Amino acid sequence: MKQFNETILEVKNLQTHFFTDEGTSKAVDGISFTLNKGETLGIVGESGSGKSITSLSLLRLIPSPPGKIAGGSILFKGEDLLAKTEKQMRSIRGNEISMIFQEPMTSLNPVYSAGEQIAEAIRLHQKLGKKEAWAKAVDMLRLVGIPSPEKRAKQEPHELSGGMRQRVMIAMALACHPEVLIADEPTTALDVTIQAQILELIKTLQKDFGTAVILITHDLGVVYETCDRVAVMYAGKMVEYTLAKEIFTNPKHPYTIGLLNSLPRLDLDQEELTTIPGTVPSPYDMPKGCSFAPRCAHAKPICEQAVPDLESVGPDTEVSCWMYTPQWDKEYEAEEKVGVQ
Amino acid sequence: MGATVEDKKVLLKVDQLKQYFPIKGGFFGRTVNHVKAVDDISFHIYQGETLSIVGESGCGKSTTGRAILRLDQPTSGQIHFQGKDLLSLGKKEMRSTRKDLQVIFQDPFASLNPRQTIGQILGEALSIQNVVPKEQRRSRIEELLGHVGLRPESMERHPHEFSGGQRQRIGIARALAVDPKLIICDEAVSALDVSIQAQVLNLLKKLQRQFELTFLFISHDLGVVRHISDRVMVMYLGKIVEIADKKSIFEQPQHPYTRALLSAIPVPNPVQERERILLTGDVPSPIDPPIGCRFHTRCPFVMDICKTKAPELKLSTQNHQVACHIVS
Repeated sequence: MKQFNETILEVKNLQTHFFTDEGTSKAVDGISFTLNKGETLGIVGESGSGKSITSLSLLRLIPSPPGKIAGGSILFKGEDLLAKTEKQMRSIRGNEISMIFQEPMTSLNPVYSAGEQIAEAIRLHQKLGKKEAWAKAVDMLRLVGIPSPEKRAKQEPHELSGGMRQRVMIAMALACHPEVLIADEPTTALDVTIQAQILELIKTLQKDFGTAVILITHDLGVVYETCDRVAVMYAGKMVEYTLAKEIFTNPKHPYTIGLLNSLPRLDLDQEELTTIPGTVPSPYDMPKGCSFAPRCAHAKPICEQAVPDLESVGPDTEVSCWMYTPQWDKEYEAEEKVGVQ
Repeated sequence: MGATVEDKKVLLKVDQLKQYFPIKGGFFGRTVNHVKAVDDISFHIYQGETLSIVGESGCGKSTTGRAILRLDQPTSGQIHFQGKDLLSLGKKEMRSTRKDLQVIFQDPFASLNPRQTIGQILGEALSIQNVVPKEQRRSRIEELLGHVGLRPESMERHPHEFSGGQRQRIGIARALAVDPKLIICDEAVSALDVSIQAQVLNLLKKLQRQFELTFLFISHDLGVVRHISDRVMVMYLGKIVEIADKKSIFEQPQHPYTRALLSAIPVPNPVQERERILLTGDVPSPIDPPIGCRFHTRCPFVMDICKTKAPELKLSTQNHQVACHIVS
């Protein structure tokens, strides 16, 4: 087991809301986590769970209006990013904290060569001449495993394959040796054999540079193989926060259990998949209590009345579910009595 | 077949199918080259089974599905469906045959007309094939919605009022409307979240039993494929590299590409630690595929013969066909 002691990023009660004609959508509704140096934290959840908004909020990339970070704090090396000016943020983005997006084709500029785009990022943050920046860009391309990098650096994004474009994005993100790398579904658009290459690459580079990584994904298999800890999100809230290995052997929250059960497995034969009934609630019409209660098989009256807090249930595990609180037993007893009558 | 005593009926038989797409260019817009999307493949589907085609982008799996439906005109080859050669049918005959061949696409939003209500969408499918008299259509639509787990009131609503999973159910209802024999599911669950994906997969399995459907299931997700298939066909760069029943392909994969593909998938199982075969490089261009075996540029076990001679798809063990020089 790796040991991580030095906290680099601490998010406390982050809230990102969107104000639209239809009402207020609490896309991220009070999430907290810490990220230590050299560690990989996975954030998993389905569409609309708020995982991507969380990552955009960290870099203050939320389009405003309609979006707004309504509360909380993001402490990066002890300083609150939410208190920084836009100019200060610009020197942090791509330099100390950088990001890789899902679709490299839309994130790369189609009219500049791969090398120029990486060199631009380098020159923005480091005092380097054009030639030196170019040489460094070529080095970065070599580092991420692009064959004949001198030639590829001169090519434009459309001349590169999907896997190569994603490598260019990684090269760009890591060019300034960031302390935190946020990867938002970095391999979702790629084929599995290429995905395996890219994940291996991120792991190797992380080891070499000591970068802390936040990996946002919907793929639990990817989490298992790359992450140290994992946060499961549902409808804007964190429902479970634990060690990556723990979540597969000992999942706690009914949503996490449901998610694992509905996954068709390569290593198991199942006649029928266990499903989670219903769908994710609308962000404009959230249930009053636990947002998972309408789909939860264990739901009791208390679940529909109040939102459970994220609380420790073990040394490394936090869950937000009434089932793991003392109130649950009382609730159960009350129900038993009703049953007797 | 011959010696096999199994009493399975072949529903669809594909022989030496080729689908080349011309690349126009040069001075007069002449055809300068071809994309060899599907290059000489033969296989068959038994009645009532689910055959899956897996492979990465550009391997020709979707093109194969489209060729069977004749949404593209194949370059050469034969496709026999219940004994009829689909490629020699006229337009009119093909249209009436399409009643038996239906398709469910990946993106349910793109394949449903946003201006029509669900009732109109399903009604149109019924009226084109004229399978149900006009006065019974409404009740037939209600019945169809019931089969896919939607309420009858859905009929009056438009596609945008539904979630992704529900839209995919509508797509399935439309495919079912004309009592098809074969349904081609082209990445039918790929766009859905896992919890919804599981619901749709269970529904497909239920409908298959209920209506004795045959599925050609095209997917890149091997977990899903393992769940739903009876047999699996692996494609690489326009060629079939391996066909076998599900159990042997997942437990004893023989082609190096299949083995790499299976090992590349992250599996959340702490007990099963696997040796990963990491392939290097990208898939070559289908315009100029490598000579010899198409996989030789990335194969960890490449031999001299692989660079010159293309391996044939041969029976290696019972019901297991592989195209690889190492295996034969």
